[in-house]
Amino acid sequence: MNTSETTATRRADVCAVAIADCFAGDGERLCNPIGNLPLIGGRLAVATSEPHLALTDGFYTLIDNVPPVGMSEAERLENRIVAHWNPYREMFGLLWHGRRHVMMGATQIDRHGNQNLAAIGDWKQPKSQLLGFRGAPGNTINHTTSYWVPKHGPKVFVESVDVVSGVGYDRAAALGPVASRFHEIRRVVSNLAVMDFESDDSDGVAVMRLRSVHPGVSVDEVAEETGFDLVVEGEVPESRVPTAEELSMLDQVDPSGNRFKEVPDQ
Amino acid sequence: MPGPDKRMTEAEAVAELSSGMTVGIGGWGSRRKPMSIVREILRSDLTDLTIVAYGGPDVGLLCKTGKVRKVISGFVSLDSIPLEPFYRQARQDGTIEAAEWDEGMLLLGLTAAGWRVPFLPTRAGLGSDVPVEMPDLLTVKSPYAEPDSGEFETLLAVPALDLDVAFVHQNRADMSGNSVWLGEDPFFDDLFVRAAKKAYVSCESVVATEELAGLADVTHLKISRLDVAGVIEAPGGAHFTECPPDYGRDETFQKRYAATGKSEEDWEAFRTDFLDIDEQGYQAKVSELRRANS
Repeated sequence: MNTSETTATRRADVCAVAIADCFAGDGERLCNPIGNLPLIGGRLAVATSEPHLALTDGFYTLIDNVPPVGMSEAERLENRIVAHWNPYREMFGLLWHGRRHVMMGATQIDRHGNQNLAAIGDWKQPKSQLLGFRGAPGNTINHTTSYWVPKHGPKVFVESVDVVSGVGYDRAAALGPVASRFHEIRRVVSNLAVMDFESDDSDGVAVMRLRSVHPGVSVDEVAEETGFDLVVEGEVPESRVPTAEELSMLDQVDPSGNRFKEVPDQ
Repeated sequence: MPGPDKRMTEAEAVAELSSGMTVGIGGWGSRRKPMSIVREILRSDLTDLTIVAYGGPDVGLLCKTGKVRKVISGFVSLDSIPLEPFYRQARQDGTIEAAEWDEGMLLLGLTAAGWRVPFLPTRAGLGSDVPVEMPDLLTVKSPYAEPDSGEFETLLAVPALDLDVAFVHQNRADMSGNSVWLGEDPFFDDLFVRAAKKAYVSCESVVATEELAGLADVTHLKISRLDVAGVIEAPGGAHFTECPPDYGRDETFQKRYAATGKSEEDWEAFRTDFLDIDEQGYQAKVSELRRANS
């Protein structure tokens, strides 16, 4: 890679394609990213590599088009090709059936992929009440889940989460192979790197592994910003940079550049 | 034959409640909440209620005013403002007991109550801290072998959420309780109604039965008079939550409400201005604000 290309690569775009790549191979199922960058990356996947994924309109329908993010309510309703009615009760039916890959945020996440978005401190009387468990328990035990962390740091990537809302691999293993047969935490994408769970600890339980570091980020930096020993196997590759087609699609999906506000260039 | 006339006021419906009851509230977050009923409860001397809801400002207001002993919820959020300030405060101060279920579990608990079965099984919640922190949630072993493994699977048994009373807000209803919702999601209002011994429907306006099927296709006629004890005509009754297509969420008002979580003085002023007055006075104030802001 020459210097001019490196300079032109923007971190938020790298994050967006890393998020899009989480959905690779998913074929025909609901791509359900939650949050700003996840929405942009998820929609990029549908617009490029995985055209048969379905998206939601953010509320009560599944749509068969890829609208830009950041629209007003009126624009949202105008810019959707409704393919299916999907009120919340139907969403629960869909996710219990399993044809869904969700990407959620995480206030805390540990080496086995246990996620906390519920509360900080003791759940019974928390120091800080967060979102509660929301749909995280049901999502993680029923279908594929990935996570997005916009600010990779040791307070997010922790030795042990305060509350387990999203189920990680050790908790799933403890349930046994039948109860956990639909459980899959595929990736964790952050502003620094991409992590997966394609490595096992000494008990044979999947643990978080550094899959790639974003251009300009060192393996040591990621390790320092992670509150547990991240598995590093051999030479860690650099996260891939977007293609010209992806860059042009990103400008269509995110015309006002919301992604750069969430992930500024380093 | 037309059904019986069940029209009543918020005050008459709330008079059916007593302290310690389990009360279900329909809607979702800050969407189509029976807020005129909630405001009436705030003015009552009821206490120690157990509230079951996909919670929004209904839950926050009831917590803040000391009406609540326990909240059983799938979440409590204002949607455009993710964290409900007064629910959050009540949790952090330990002034209420909480059961925070996975969102889908609430659907199952309400359905079980409506079907008069003690529980419904699910995988949702297994492996998470939901059954760890709420040990009254128990598991059940399937009597049927899972075909591939031959194992008898263990599932979470979501207990029936038997409600003493449920309140839901619909766009239109007839005087007997046949109701129609006109947005894009019925939420779980019909399930709340069936889960309750007595259910009350508030609505934007009461219409003749023969008008109902013309307002939307028949799939929107989700609540039947068979399950409804009372009908309250409450124009603007969901304010400041949304009630599409009649009106959207009053974001300006919601921001003002949420900001009172930061200052006891602001809360007292909000309470005096909007909650210590009757519903007619509240609606008049809201109209006045809207005119001033437009």
